[in-house]
Amino acid sequence: MKKLKINKTTKHNFITYLMVFIAFAAASLLLAAGQMSSLMEGLLVPLCIYVMLAISLNLTVGILGELSLGHAGFMCVGAFSSAFFSKCTEGTLPDGFRFFIAILIGAAAAGVFGILIGIPVLRLKGDYLAIVTLAFGEIIKNLVNVLYIGKDQNGFHFSMKDSISLNLDPEGQIIVNGAQGITGTPNDSSFIIGIILIFISLAVILNLINSRDGRAIMSIRDNRIAAESVGINITKYKLMAFSISAAIAGAAGVLYAHNLSTLTASPKNFGYNMSIMILVFVVLGGIGNIRGSMIAAVILTLLPELLRGLSDYRMLIYAIVLIAMMLFNWSPRAVEWKEGMKEKYLGGLKKRREKEVK
Amino acid sequence: MKKFSKLMSIFLASTMAVSLFAGCGKAADSASADAEGGADVFKIGGIGPITGDNAEYGLAVQNASQLAVDEINANGGINGYQIAFKFQDDETDAEKAVNAYNTLKDWGMQMLAGTVTSGCSVAVAEKTAADNMFQITPSGSSVDCVKFDNAFRVCFSDPNQGLASAKYIGENALASKVAVIYNSSDIYSSGIYEKFAAEAANQPFEIVSAEAFTADSKTDFSVQIQKAKDAGAELVFLPIYYSEAALILAQAATLNYAPDFFGCDGLDGLLNVENFDASLAEGVMLLTPFAADAADEMTQKFVKAYKEKYGNTPNQFAADAYDAIYAIKLAAEDAGLTPDMDVSAMCEALKGSITKITLDGLTGTGMTWDASGEPNKEPKAVKIVSGAYTSM
Repeated sequence: MKKLKINKTTKHNFITYLMVFIAFAAASLLLAAGQMSSLMEGLLVPLCIYVMLAISLNLTVGILGELSLGHAGFMCVGAFSSAFFSKCTEGTLPDGFRFFIAILIGAAAAGVFGILIGIPVLRLKGDYLAIVTLAFGEIIKNLVNVLYIGKDQNGFHFSMKDSISLNLDPEGQIIVNGAQGITGTPNDSSFIIGIILIFISLAVILNLINSRDGRAIMSIRDNRIAAESVGINITKYKLMAFSISAAIAGAAGVLYAHNLSTLTASPKNFGYNMSIMILVFVVLGGIGNIRGSMIAAVILTLLPELLRGLSDYRMLIYAIVLIAMMLFNWSPRAVEWKEGMKEKYLGGLKKRREKEVK
Repeated sequence: MKKFSKLMSIFLASTMAVSLFAGCGKAADSASADAEGGADVFKIGGIGPITGDNAEYGLAVQNASQLAVDEINANGGINGYQIAFKFQDDETDAEKAVNAYNTLKDWGMQMLAGTVTSGCSVAVAEKTAADNMFQITPSGSSVDCVKFDNAFRVCFSDPNQGLASAKYIGENALASKVAVIYNSSDIYSSGIYEKFAAEAANQPFEIVSAEAFTADSKTDFSVQIQKAKDAGAELVFLPIYYSEAALILAQAATLNYAPDFFGCDGLDGLLNVENFDASLAEGVMLLTPFAADAADEMTQKFVKAYKEKYGNTPNQFAADAYDAIYAIKLAAEDAGLTPDMDVSAMCEALKGSITKITLDGLTGTGMTWDASGEPNKEPKAVKIVSGAYTSM
């Protein structure tokens, strides 16, 4: 029998999928055995959300090579469009089907926003692009905060002023109430759906990276002029990566909106703080390293919760651990040292194996 | 340099280990609590922002709840059992509030006296309803906070404050032309304003200008004040917090505009704003359930104890929290609770009992609750006269 030859990237990707699956299996086992604390159980869905955000931003930052500081804005679009849909159709559609449509709507809306914002923004490069995306993220958040939408028998009413000027019937229902956002979104998110969405996002991103389109995108990152000279359509590929990344962030937003019964666009959850948080996941895990950013997202989401025991010091310790982890992972000396260690242990192993082969 | 890396890795490993142990420590805590069956203490949890923008409110609630718990414990506890109290930070973020709730659940919490802010309260209420855990929020004022039958509150709801203000202005004929300046990015402020405007239609006064500001533009109010002045408003309604109100009062004075000002409980604290000329606040009227310099014995005792322990003057959030703990105590005594009951049985018993009790608290005498979760208490209107609250 001919030995099955697996190519290196397939193997690499397979390990990534396997890792997610093992995490899922371990969590499910603990859940089934009733050994998981309520805190961990409550964190499962947020973990899925942040993992999705991290890998989607890694597509923009790591593969496309453009720094985006407005990622939370796309999450916000996905969250609000889907929560709006779910509020309107609650009771008229079966739960599972409604949530499926809500995910599609959230991802599509965020993807469309990605294209709309991408067209002007992607004309810029580097720092300029980062600042403009930051501005767009804030615009989205602030627009949502002044939006009032109500529904009564005459259809939908919109206003940018206050909920009184919607002129609703007495039985009318306010769906989006300005700064108060949307309350009473059905709690449809679950860990299994989160894991399925992670698998889908991973499949999309990993396949994109290893496709013809993906190589075109990376060539833009590595040398824009050279890429242009061989006839690669820069705008098209940039928009492609940017909007896919936005759509996955939108899907994460759908999970977020359907995990809590209240949804407000505060600086805390959809402001630039969040965008930078996602960027931290990507940078800590390794720019362009999908697997690393997943691990970083999990660690950095768990850390502040596990540190609750330290009460007042937890924010401080969290920051210190973050700095320490960055240094350990990415300072040139630390990288050198890790390489040395690898050589020492794994290298020895390799030599022995080579000897055996001989 | 190699040494540095080694040191670093040791440090890192130890911090990670510590953080892991911190997690494990909690798990162990809850396990041991279960082992004891929570035999001899009631476990009450609290959630609120003790870091970030709204830390002032969360800290007030944390301190006052602790004060009430200590007092109750010193006087023999509830039905002879002591109370353990634990407070967790939510950073005013709904997601973090749910994490905080789950952390408290792992600790073995049996009743929740929280959360402090409305948005978080709505998110947590969903979870307490699913677990059937008794919840009483000191200061979550939006309507949805008490949507479920296991949730109650101590403060007035936002619409109630708007309604009460409009009625008070109308019934006492304070003005015929009213201007409103409110914070449209704040749930509290816009909630009050909307109900105020709706009720104004039934009252013998007219809203001549309603101008909003947002959290991003809360320093210059000259445009809003000028509009109120041009419209000839005799009274300006300020359903906002005291820090912005202090700026509005100062800026109105520079524009030579001196209408009557009327506010809600958010204005409590106005007289303590640093670098604020308190004489500008003369004649300001506010509806507030609590005034730190009220003359009654209970308030004075509370303020004195709070000042001694925490070094500053309690605000109305603190008073609400203090009342919340005492409401739990009264209801638990009425229901004859013992700590070995399970959470859901406690909730059922408390739900029935809280509608039977009458609490003479800091934020109102003869407070009662009905099954909807809303408190019944009279709003008190006070006027600032020569630098102190006097009731009207």
